[in-house]
Amino acid sequence: MSHTETEGILTTPWSGGASPFAVNSKKLGMWLFLVSDSLTFSAVLVAYAYVRLSNPDWPRPFEIWPAIAKSTLMTLILLSSSLTMVLGVAAAHRGDRKKTVRYLMWTMIFGAAFVVIHATEWYTLITQEHVTPWSNPWGAPLFGGTFFGLTGLHMLHVTIGVAYLAVIAWGFGNGRFKSEDVEVSGLYWHFVDLVWMFIFPLVYLMSVNLKG
Amino acid sequence: MSAHEAAIDTHEVGSTKLFAQVWFWLLLLTGIEVFLAYLRLHPSLMLTILVGLSLIKAALIVSYFMHLRFEHLGLFLLLIPATVFCICMMLIMFFPDSLRLIDLRPH
Repeated sequence: MSHTETEGILTTPWSGGASPFAVNSKKLGMWLFLVSDSLTFSAVLVAYAYVRLSNPDWPRPFEIWPAIAKSTLMTLILLSSSLTMVLGVAAAHRGDRKKTVRYLMWTMIFGAAFVVIHATEWYTLITQEHVTPWSNPWGAPLFGGTFFGLTGLHMLHVTIGVAYLAVIAWGFGNGRFKSEDVEVSGLYWHFVDLVWMFIFPLVYLMSVNLKG
Repeated sequence: MSAHEAAIDTHEVGSTKLFAQVWFWLLLLTGIEVFLAYLRLHPSLMLTILVGLSLIKAALIVSYFMHLRFEHLGLFLLLIPATVFCICMMLIMFFPDSLRLIDLRPH
């Protein structure tokens, strides 16, 4: 094989000369993690939807006010946090460190607000309605287990996301991290938003109490 | 930023206006979902419509916020078809069983 032929092969994407997916390793790693995480959430959501549809006495405890209003507000907060995140990533690519940190701060504030509102809802359900993972006053006992399991797993993701963004904001602000690190953390944050886009309709809107 | 850095950072995609538009559409679809909750639909029909709308929202988030639309086609082919296939496999037992049970309920 001549020298020029070898060179030609090494520069093609599938021969090791260039990245076949045209992304850096951190980004590819995050995408692969998100694929596995999406399968985790899918399994839990499919299991939930199954018991939801097959139980005739599934509880419908969420009244328009305050539960649905609250969860709609939480959806709005999470969507807005995604908007500030994507603007933060754009600022990071422009090299505007100050603006990036400011956008990341807003994203963290929205994320923290989401967790706080969600926690107050859990508190009400547990202390006033006496819902546990294995029993509730309304009907199918599985309601508590699926509700706390699904929303708890998601809330854990949001909490970890806020901590992750804090590290990234600190590191990017002092020049330790690069813009690609901000972008990778953005992928994680948008995924957490995406999962809520399924949990909100399936858990809350499928169990609206119209009598209230 | 030096000229060299600028040459590396050519990855910037989408404008503030585009992202704001996507955000607006996501809010609108959420509004439609909340409105649907007021209608008394059969749970299986309700579930189908809600999941359909949520899939559109997920596609918007993945395409624009997560930039997948602006990535190499190879990355899309690596990630999405296999994931969709795996999720479809989870649904094999779903439709016949869960829908049969709901129609057996006493009316």
